[in-house]
Amino acid sequence: MSGHKLLLSELRLWTSGRRSRWTVRLREGVTARGNASFPSCNPKVCVVGGGPAGFYTAQHLIKARQDVEVDIYERLPVPFGLVRFGVAPDHPEVKNVINTFTQTAKHSRCHFYGNVHVGKDVSVDELRQAYHAVVLSYGAEGNRNIAVPGEDLTGVYSAKDFVGWYNGLPSCEQLTPDLSGETAVVLGQGNVALDVARILLSPIDILKKTDITQPALEALAASRVRRVLIVGRRGPMQVACTIKELREMVNLPGTRPEMAAADFEGVTEALQDLPRPRKRLTELMMKTALETPGEKEQERRSKASRVWGFRFFRSPVEILADSEGGRTAGVRLAVTRLEGSGEGAQALLTGEVEDVSCGLIISSIGYKSLPIDPSVPFDTRKAIVPNTMGRVQQAAGLYCSGWLKTGPTGVIATTMNNSFDTARSLVEDLDSGTLDVSAAKPGSRSVSALLDKRGVKAVGFSDWEKIDCEEMKRGEAVGKPREKLLTVEEMLQVAQT
Amino acid sequence: MALVFALRQLAHVRLPEYSRRTAAASWGAWLTGQRSFKTGTQPLRSNSKVTVHFVNRDGEKITVKGSPGDSLLDVVINEDLDFDGFGACEGTLACSTCHLIFDEEVYQKLGPITDEEMDMLDLAYGLTDTSRLGCQICLTKALEGMVARVPESVADIRQSKDGSL
Ligand SMILES: Cc1cc2nc3c(=O)[nH]c(=O)nc-3n(C[C@H](O)[C@H](O)[C@H](O)COP(=O)(O)OP(=O)(O)OC[C@H]3O[C@@H](n4cnc5c(N)ncnc54)[C@H](O)[C@@H]3O)c2cc1C
Ligand SMILES: NC(=O)c1ccc[n+]([C@@H]2O[C@H](COP(=O)([O-])OP(=O)(O)OC[C@H]3O[C@@H](n4cnc5c(N)ncnc54)[C@H](OP(=O)(O)O)[C@@H]3O)[C@@H](O)[C@H]2O)c1
Ligand code: FES
Repeated sequence: MSGHKLLLSELRLWTSGRRSRWTVRLREGVTARGNASFPSCNPKVCVVGGGPAGFYTAQHLIKARQDVEVDIYERLPVPFGLVRFGVAPDHPEVKNVINTFTQTAKHSRCHFYGNVHVGKDVSVDELRQAYHAVVLSYGAEGNRNIAVPGEDLTGVYSAKDFVGWYNGLPSCEQLTPDLSGETAVVLGQGNVALDVARILLSPIDILKKTDITQPALEALAASRVRRVLIVGRRGPMQVACTIKELREMVNLPGTRPEMAAADFEGVTEALQDLPRPRKRLTELMMKTALETPGEKEQERRSKASRVWGFRFFRSPVEILADSEGGRTAGVRLAVTRLEGSGEGAQALLTGEVEDVSCGLIISSIGYKSLPIDPSVPFDTRKAIVPNTMGRVQQAAGLYCSGWLKTGPTGVIATTMNNSFDTARSLVEDLDSGTLDVSAAKPGSRSVSALLDKRGVKAVGFSDWEKIDCEEMKRGEAVGKPREKLLTVEEMLQVAQT
Repeated sequence: MALVFALRQLAHVRLPEYSRRTAAASWGAWLTGQRSFKTGTQPLRSNSKVTVHFVNRDGEKITVKGSPGDSLLDVVINEDLDFDGFGACEGTLACSTCHLIFDEEVYQKLGPITDEEMDMLDLAYGLTDTSRLGCQICLTKALEGMVARVPESVADIRQSKDGSL
């Protein structure tokens, strides 16, 4: 803490007395911390999940009310959720959001407790007893299954696991995907599918300067994958990816696109009526697929040793095994046609099928939230916690934000806005008295006691900073921004030094 | 902040996609280290400041001054303007939270827009024909008195471009 204070006083010097409002609050907060000077009737809120939703909800609560105290409980010893374990290693700029999360975590009215698995180490009911309000922001840790025969064969992975593997998610450390086949099929055409395709095809020289894990880097360096097909059940005008990610594919060094011109029939005619984002995305796709490239681009493409392409109007029906029956040899795709048009068009099977040979299949058809505690309402069909503006239905004092609230779509900015919305609802309830804070609540005091009793050792934010330092140190030694610790044990070991 | 300006020029216009990203990242890191320090360490520069009127999400008008060459994101940071969530990626063209809306005649004066900015802008809530990303706009004297509107971001006006509610 003293180091922190020092930094802030330096900061004051530097800025000749002018500090950002947030810093002023931060500083006041830091001085107040440790004095235990808060009256006991301050509203105590806890947030379950230390991803973007958790941090943005906490940030808004702390800024909107000068009396709210927020504790964040996170299952892993390390914070930031999918910003650490989802966002692609070659997208470091996206991870700048961590700086703001860190400011929030260091605020005196915010505390981070990592290594606490809510639903297992402490129940949601116990949290509700300890706090005036509980915000569930634990994201979407499951995935949608393609649910076709053969999905258990070696060589079939969910994008969630594959992404977790290259990003160092402890539970995916052992995945060691088989990259010995020449063709890989990615099912789904969202941004995650494009992340996976890009990582599979990126030159190692690019990846080795990122925070991708060492085992993944080695496996990708030895990978024989040369061709990645990104398969969608609908057409070019229904792809779920966004243009920035498509442009990255188009410009990916060492690769060239390979698409079927016939898939784009009728698209030109429909272009003019599309809203700008969809129109620009479709135009870039058509340009890539159909136009004869200029001389320079032609030369680039002719030198490319790796290939990527979208395959449209194809829905997976079966994963095909090799002759021994244990490994993936291909995928059977049902040919579809569209009923209706635009975003809402539906894919109908035509009865035709097509087999594609491949050694690797990555199913990227979406993440999925899971229930973590039987006492919390859960809509199993939509896989979200049913809520109205973040207020969990029929559960006073219980809120939700982030992917758990909306379903697993949206970029960090989307998650930020929906988390602010939830925080606004909570503040409204505090202001109106709907949320009763007249009785003092013990907050982390009682939860810490429970955790102690259960032998759970929580990891504080300063412990995370030790892990952070260690990772950056290891990264520096190999020319990477960081070398992630890959197991919870090792994280805890470093945290406890 | 001539360095920032030069970096941004390099970062967003000249370099090919991949090196651009690295340049952008290091500029982001630089910004992080310096963001609150900037006001106190203005280099020697003519004091010909540019007046900017921001209209925040509650419709309030906030009038501040910025230096030519600063981006509108720099101005928001330097002047401690509290627009929740603004500039999440710290000016590296990776978030669209610095979305601002302008009047037509101001928009015309803002200079050319890169494909990369358009790409990010396409993800912004409440996108309009006169929308830009604040981190990509550099102040010039010609922009004196400009009005920049911070769009609303509440749930009910959300257009679900990204498939989200
Ligand atoms: C592969 C991938 C790449 C992405 N890339 C980008 C990108 O480049 N740019 C962008 O803007 N957006 C990107 N996104 C979207 C972005 O990651 C999400 O919008 C955002 O992370 C959702 O935030 P969240 O907090 O709801 O969920 P999460 O980020 O998943 O956070 C949930 C947190 O809760 C914790 N948790 C889970 N269960 C428990 C429990 N029982 N007890 C306590 N804690 C628990 C988890 O460990 C996790 O830390 C990407 C998403 C994915 C999947
Ligand atoms: N760089 C970034 O900004 C970035 C990176 C990664 C992720 N993200 C964000 O994170 C969110 C999640 O991404 P995501 O890619 O997991 O999800 P997504 O965008 O919802 O895409 C899911 C894809 O799977 C397909 N699909 C779903 N069910 C299917 C089925 N049963 N059979 C065949 N195909 C099926 C969908 O096609 P249909 O349309 O036909 O259903 C769609 O193409 C998105 O909002 C994304 O933008 C952003
Ligand atoms: S600050 Fe992220 S795009 Fe401008």
